[in-house]
Amino acid sequence: MKRELVIIGGGPAGLAAAVEAHNNGINDILILERDKNLGGILQQCIHNGFGLHIFGEQLTGPEYSERFIKKVNELNIEYMLDTMVLNIDSSRKITALTPKTGVFEIEAGAVVLAMGCRERTRGALNIPGSRPSGILTAGAAQRFVNMEGYMVGKKVVILGSGDIGLIMARRMTLEGAEVKMVLEIMPYSTGLKRNIAQCLVDYDIPLYFNHTVVNIHGKNRLEGVTVAEVDEYRKPIAGTEKYVECDTLLLSVGLIPENELSKGAGIEISGITSGPVVDESMQTSVEGIFACGNVVHVHDLVDFVTQESYLAGKGAAKFIKGELSKSKKVISTLGENGIRYVVPQKINPDNVDDSVNFFMRVDNVYKNVFIEVLSEGKTVLKVKRPVVSPGEMENIKIKREILENINFNKLIFSLKEA
Amino acid sequence: MYDVIIIGSGVIGAAVARELSKYDLKVAVLEKSSDAANGGSTKANSGIVHAGYDAKEGSLKAKLNVLGNKMYDELCSQMDVKFKRNGSLVIAFDDEEVKEVKKLYERGIKNGVEGLEIWDRERILKEEPNINKTVISALYAPTAGIVSPFEFAIALSEVANSNGVEFKFNTCVKNIYKENDIFVIETNNGIYNSKFIVNAAGIHSDEINDMLHGEKFKILPRRGEYCLYDKVCGDLVNMTIFQTPTEKGKGILVSPTIHGNMFVGPNAVDIDEREDVSTTQDGLDEVLQGAKKSVSSISSRNIITSFTGIRSRTDKDDFIINVPERGAVNAAGIESPGLSSSPAIAVMVLQLLKKEGLSLVKNNNFNPYRKNTKLFLEMNEEEREAALKTNPSYGRIICRCESITEGDIINAIKRPIGAKTIDGVKKRVRAGMGRCQGGFCMPRVLDILSRELGIPKEAVEKSDVGSFILTGKTK
Amino acid sequence: MSKTNITCINCPMGCPLEITMENDIISVIGNKCNKGKEYAIREITNPTRIVTSTVKVNGGERPVVAIKTQDEIPKKLIFDVMKEINKVTINAPVNLGDIVIENVLNTNVNVIATANDKVK
Repeated sequence: MKRELVIIGGGPAGLAAAVEAHNNGINDILILERDKNLGGILQQCIHNGFGLHIFGEQLTGPEYSERFIKKVNELNIEYMLDTMVLNIDSSRKITALTPKTGVFEIEAGAVVLAMGCRERTRGALNIPGSRPSGILTAGAAQRFVNMEGYMVGKKVVILGSGDIGLIMARRMTLEGAEVKMVLEIMPYSTGLKRNIAQCLVDYDIPLYFNHTVVNIHGKNRLEGVTVAEVDEYRKPIAGTEKYVECDTLLLSVGLIPENELSKGAGIEISGITSGPVVDESMQTSVEGIFACGNVVHVHDLVDFVTQESYLAGKGAAKFIKGELSKSKKVISTLGENGIRYVVPQKINPDNVDDSVNFFMRVDNVYKNVFIEVLSEGKTVLKVKRPVVSPGEMENIKIKREILENINFNKLIFSLKEA
Repeated sequence: MYDVIIIGSGVIGAAVARELSKYDLKVAVLEKSSDAANGGSTKANSGIVHAGYDAKEGSLKAKLNVLGNKMYDELCSQMDVKFKRNGSLVIAFDDEEVKEVKKLYERGIKNGVEGLEIWDRERILKEEPNINKTVISALYAPTAGIVSPFEFAIALSEVANSNGVEFKFNTCVKNIYKENDIFVIETNNGIYNSKFIVNAAGIHSDEINDMLHGEKFKILPRRGEYCLYDKVCGDLVNMTIFQTPTEKGKGILVSPTIHGNMFVGPNAVDIDEREDVSTTQDGLDEVLQGAKKSVSSISSRNIITSFTGIRSRTDKDDFIINVPERGAVNAAGIESPGLSSSPAIAVMVLQLLKKEGLSLVKNNNFNPYRKNTKLFLEMNEEEREAALKTNPSYGRIICRCESITEGDIINAIKRPIGAKTIDGVKKRVRAGMGRCQGGFCMPRVLDILSRELGIPKEAVEKSDVGSFILTGKTK
Repeated sequence: MSKTNITCINCPMGCPLEITMENDIISVIGNKCNKGKEYAIREITNPTRIVTSTVKVNGGERPVVAIKTQDEIPKKLIFDVMKEINKVTINAPVNLGDIVIENVLNTNVNVIATANDKVK
């Protein structure tokens, strides 16, 4: 079959991209979703705190996604559930699988990748010890508890202060488990402050920085973990080991953009974000394939995912209508001096409506700094930040006029002491 | 009353079971674990079908390795188990190691290994450009291959089971004695009577030997740790790359797996607790450092999991394949090259049983083939259509990383010696074996197991008894 | 006199706030803006939270459905509200916004469904 726009993933990113593409005049849209419902990971994120930027109110995950599902339905945007994309090639031919029809192919005028991300697991951390049950990612636990109504354990240790881990500390506590501690190998949290206050402090759950799990005990079900303090190189300090009895270890140690399909299509992947390199319209290195949300880089707030996905939806619509300029002028962005990455990585000012919102992450906690935007050694923009932290994504808006006046092809984002 | 009872359902027990199923015999396999191929050795080893140049000429290890290796093509094609003769290299970086390589070459010739060649640096780097450039020389063995050890062992068990061999899981042998020339086998699951016994109890084979009053030997368990890499690293090397062997074994190797991953390991650490399959930080560091000697670009990046296997090393040099007591046969102390030798060991065990008086009448219905082993996405269009018609769930991907469908998982559960646990599914169809290590599919696999086995979700276990995942309902 | 230390959650700054209570007079130090002070006073006088959880569903596609307190409830009532939530079983179909518990524990706050569930 042939479709104008195919969106891979029916989570918050895919839904917003679909709505925005429709708003920009594209009617022939198909969303492919592997789950049995739209909404993606938000379905299991039943806590509140979503939507402050987009809707000006605090919604739970299912409420947030429902707003977009409603729009998708109102606009009669077509979607297929229970459908897994197996492959995309660089000519935008999609191979997918669904129980009703088996393997099928679609030739797409444009594609938006919105597959989201996956959690890092014990294997990726290479935590030594035995291999009992009771060790699972915070997200898997969240699914069991919130969607399926099952508890995954009674005495819990959480490794990693990522947001899902913090949220699950509170959820497990509310459902009657004893959460003994949260361990963070870094000297700072990778989760949002709000979550530390309302998920840990509220329930007297201790958070230990510079700590990690160094051994796992128990043959069949987890019986305990050995925790230890780490030095500045994140190596365990001998003599600080402590045994903690628990039947559950939840891992919240990072998310990885899910880009196996993107790689198959030959899309350039950033070594830092692990997501596609994208331009101002969220177009990847392969023409007509766009990407948005956690598949590009991991966000802490869904609101920013939505914003980014609007851009992708609009970009894809423009591409289909032949309105996307392919002018030669491309500005590359780069993070330096404490800024790990900047998204988008490439800007064609001709395609910018009003301004570009640049997203970036820092590599450590810094207080009292400027985020400085430089081109050819000259300061383009300077924004003061009382504090920046790896756990909270930064964003800076730069107006089209400024971008148009940049003659150099590089835009450097850098931290500077205030 | 059984004709033969086999103790242990690792690859040796399974190979013996399949061999015996060719005859009209009443055979059972007793396994203390919850599943076939679930012990410390078969579940976690290198998965290398060795060429056979390592073991001393004249030893059982040498003889059975070369014989066993030759049996793999037919066996794997009959059972539809993936097997590839990818070849192996033993690489040398200094004069001492060059001598060792020559020694292995000569030994290999004596052992009857075919096609051995000594390669120079240029040839090595032409075939394996990622090997460290300081390599001087290597022994090339074209007959070395790779296989998934547990897929192979489970396939053997399935064939045995389809041809009448019974499997009793969660059945641990406590005591054996003879009454009127019949073996009485006491287990936690009742008493079994048998005319003959095969001891294939792996890391516990010395305990069974003691019950059979055999000549004493002792298992000295030796741990080997491994790191498994994402498929993006799958073509770093094409062959299995060994370093020259040391006293402690064949050393740390770098190899592709049959499913396109890459792995490094094992180290060799003597341990006290024979069931201890934990990994250690020191061990994992040692493995990585060791692997770097062969391929310097190896790092901890892209590791998807690590695991430990236990070698059934004994205080004897060779495999222990003998008769401890009238009517009983030991297949004990089967460390490397045990997987490679397993088909030949089975034949040897059969001959010993025959000598002990087991009468062998051919089972005319013996079927060496397995049915419906293909994964949905490996099927051709016609097969897919047929599969979808019988079960639309073949169209639903459950494990994204390995592209395993719900139908594939149901098949793994419904097969002879079907999966009953999360790890059982993983071993049979690799759901949860990929880069996300079950992060995404484990809850779904749990659902499918609960539904297909008709047990509550709380009763679904990861592997052995007590390894439950869920502790109860929230509401 | 009592002293309490909390971290402000209004912005990424995360100011360490020290709240002192003396004869019903509250003073806050450590805040860099007024929002921080307001937050501190609320946290010391009447801290409130939204509670989110699930309730059991009869006859639905899912065994449980997500719920929340429609507004913030006193923090000290969180576990009591959880007990009320755990007593409830609702029948499918469930629509987002359905009232699950009216005026839970006389807080003038309803517990409402935050997701849909169809009849199985």
